[in-house]
Amino acid sequence: MKNEVLSKTIHEVSADLKAKKVSSVELTKAALDHLEEIEPKVQSFITITRDEALKRAAEADQRLASGKDVTPLTGVPLAIKDLLCTKGIRTTCASRMLETFVPPYNATVVEKLYEAGAVSVGKTNMDEFAMGSSTESSFYKKTRNPWNLNCVPGGSSGGSAACVSSDQAFGSLGSDTGGSIRQPAALCGIVGLKPTYGRVSRYGLIAFASSLDQVGPFAKDVEDCGLLLGAIAGQDPKDSTSADLPVPDYAAEMKKGVKGLRVGIPKEFFPAGLNQEVADAVKKAIVELEKQGAKVEEVSLPASPYGLAAYYVLAPSEASSNLARYDGVRYGLRVPGENIVEMYSKTRAAGFGPEVKRRIMLGTYALSSGYYDAYYLKALKVRRLIKQDYDKAFGKVDVIATPTAPNPAFRFGEKTGDPLSMYLEDVFTVSINITGLPGLSVPCGMSESGLPIGLQLIGKAFDEATLLRTAYAYEQATEWHKQKPALKES
Amino acid sequence: MPTEYEPVIGLEVHCELKTATKLFCGCRTTFGNEANTQVCPVCLGLPGTLPVLNEKAVEYAVKIGLALNCTIAQYAKMDRKNYYYPDLPKAYQISQYDKPLNYGGYLEVPLKEGIKRIGVTRAHLEEDAGKLVHAGGKAGRLDSSDYSLADYNRGGIPLVEIVSEPDIRSADEAYAYLTELKNILLYIDVSDCNMEEGSLRCDANVSIRPKGTEKFGTRTEIKNMNSFKFAKQAIEYEIKRQAALLDKGERVVQESRLWDVTENKTKTMRSKEEAHDYRYFPEPDLVPIILSGDYVRKIKDQLPELPGAKRARFASKYGLTAYDAGVLTADQELAHWFEEGAKHTKSPKGLANWIMGDMAAKMKEQEKELKDLEFDQKKLGELVDLMEAGTINSKQAKEVFAEMFDAGVSPAEVVKSRGLAQVSDPKAIEGAVDKVLSENPNVVADYKGGKQGVIGFLVGKVMQASRGKANPKLVNEILKKKLDA
Repeated sequence: MKNEVLSKTIHEVSADLKAKKVSSVELTKAALDHLEEIEPKVQSFITITRDEALKRAAEADQRLASGKDVTPLTGVPLAIKDLLCTKGIRTTCASRMLETFVPPYNATVVEKLYEAGAVSVGKTNMDEFAMGSSTESSFYKKTRNPWNLNCVPGGSSGGSAACVSSDQAFGSLGSDTGGSIRQPAALCGIVGLKPTYGRVSRYGLIAFASSLDQVGPFAKDVEDCGLLLGAIAGQDPKDSTSADLPVPDYAAEMKKGVKGLRVGIPKEFFPAGLNQEVADAVKKAIVELEKQGAKVEEVSLPASPYGLAAYYVLAPSEASSNLARYDGVRYGLRVPGENIVEMYSKTRAAGFGPEVKRRIMLGTYALSSGYYDAYYLKALKVRRLIKQDYDKAFGKVDVIATPTAPNPAFRFGEKTGDPLSMYLEDVFTVSINITGLPGLSVPCGMSESGLPIGLQLIGKAFDEATLLRTAYAYEQATEWHKQKPALKES
Repeated sequence: MPTEYEPVIGLEVHCELKTATKLFCGCRTTFGNEANTQVCPVCLGLPGTLPVLNEKAVEYAVKIGLALNCTIAQYAKMDRKNYYYPDLPKAYQISQYDKPLNYGGYLEVPLKEGIKRIGVTRAHLEEDAGKLVHAGGKAGRLDSSDYSLADYNRGGIPLVEIVSEPDIRSADEAYAYLTELKNILLYIDVSDCNMEEGSLRCDANVSIRPKGTEKFGTRTEIKNMNSFKFAKQAIEYEIKRQAALLDKGERVVQESRLWDVTENKTKTMRSKEEAHDYRYFPEPDLVPIILSGDYVRKIKDQLPELPGAKRARFASKYGLTAYDAGVLTADQELAHWFEEGAKHTKSPKGLANWIMGDMAAKMKEQEKELKDLEFDQKKLGELVDLMEAGTINSKQAKEVFAEMFDAGVSPAEVVKSRGLAQVSDPKAIEGAVDKVLSENPNVVADYKGGKQGVIGFLVGKVMQASRGKANPKLVNEILKKKLDA
């Protein structure tokens, strides 16, 4: 029987913890019991860390009792995507390659959550090495969408989205390289934020595409999203690409309302043939913002249709290099061979799934001598053009509103046979990674079949505050985020 | 008539920088510690770890660039060089591809024929790989060993790769280039340049072409030579091997070769067909390196006088030959020692001779370094001046030097206490000469009969009579005067 406290948000339950209405150990036990009870249906987790969670919960209770260093996350059970390194807890990237890999260090974001007193209940399922949009490429299991168990939760951070949507955790961390936070957040009916590249440390995030990867939060509402972002953001001396910029007080910033805010609508994101329910829901959301005093105007991002093509050159190129270290020599899977080359090829043949192999081959090809200029260099040029488009648009508007995903959650197997149709899932999200800008998805509707739809808000570099402010204003006027999935098949 | 060939040689030198910590992490760089004790998640390339550039390494690399007359990049970046090998934990080396820190420089190399300018294409920063030990099977080969052990202590130590233009025309020139380069690196104090420990390593690109032609021949690359002597031998061998091939009408195959120390020949390592495609691309985990003019100027101001300039100055200021100036500046410490000494003598040239002669020989014999010497420059200068003034002769000077070297005593005191001062009083010498002449009438007759060579015998007699103290020059003069009178 699910404890009702689990339906609460972080800011609500944090108040309960501080008021001693509930202890972190009680809360964590309840969360773990519920997690384990529904896990056979949802399958959000690769590793559940009950003992570790209860230990941290007990520590959090001491902290709460002392009243010292209490943060809004102290004692709150969260979940962590299984590509963020956790000291002493295996970190698999949903790959057979890393089935036995136990990092001797924490990712900086994990360290920050621990410092804030948060509790982690486990490591969530994902597409193998974050390559996919449905979490179907995991070596371990298929996570199911809590709104319809026959549908995918999106990906690659499918487990992190599904566990928050189904109250297995109060919030979670994911990573977003081409849409891997925003798209599953949209498909699971929760809030997800990809911060500006450089806003959050990547140290300990197992790399897919280093120039695009960014860690970000999943949350039940916008306020929680801001709390989580505040906890993980900031410069890290271990990550040279993290930005030396102050982190605003998001909780205060987000409540300032949208009166006078300029919202841009790019026509390229509403193509003919866009799912009608998605288009309608997003347009209604824009009307709601207008109602609250925002000024809406059309903007143009003419190069954005080339974003997907550029992305599928840049991301696999970096991935082909990032994943070369999995060679069976030092850690992870090793399949013995007659000689070193045979060991390499047998290990990598057995350790990686088909989607990972496909991308390694794509990237290796694109970087090969004689092809570099035609692919990688060209993609970099497209990247610059897209960035110029956004710079121009942000000269006129403060935030850009689009659909997050082209359609609601799809069924298992629907796109696995056709990689290109799967890649098109990222069509509205990838250009944000390419430009490094922040993007947020907030629930904005339901399809007729009862599947959530997400509104994507795109902001200026390092202006997550405006995204949160826009989403918060919208959320206050709507009820989408309060709906709970039934964990049923249909 | 056989074709005469001209060798075309370019050198790539890898120099390990002597920073306290590695290029991208805080691990120590000490040589020779127990395997895998100087490693961390970053230099082991564990998943999720990120490199952070060592500022000191950039400074040292820029120092090298400046000492080699390079242009220092205002904008440089790091790139990934992708290849699989078990000593490379990330399966890529972080190096520099199209935007190196230093480029377009040169090195002036002293040759017998004079100074030759050899171009330096670039000097870029990169990380070193680990070390493998192959056990069993065919020794030394990864593929055929029973197993291999990997030590990552060296992995991630900063290297600067210095690439020369193909301006070198003989093995001797290559040797001279390497010697001068090493000297410069030691002068600017950025590397131990210890070849046994691998902190200086060298690859050579060698081709030959018929003399007088422009077009380059097919080149081979001789990899990983860890001594200048081997480099010279390998290049000499390779030139002969290629010439023999061309003379037979065969062609040179473009490939990497290794110098086999036991067989004294180069051997095929891998052919071009097996060559890697390194798939270079910009390292996304690091930001570009932007160097301001101020930063570069500050480093430039810290550069010491370099060997070439010091050589020229020594030759002109102290009247030394090019060779002597070269020997004295080959070691910065020695050059400094000499220059301190020059302040204490009227004859720097005489001082130089002592340093390179008796002093060097005795130091070598007793395995002493400058800091171990019992005497200082002032004392050696004193000795030089005593001899130059004719107070003691060269034979006496050697005795005084020996005593000074062993006991650190002052030469003037030795001369005094042992009564060694040379007799330069013509009257005293005249007496001795007269005595010898009167005692050897037959010899005097021989001289007068035309056998002028016998004067040497007479000089010897006079010297003997004076117990070696007489000024030999004066003895000679007086004898001659009296005999010819």
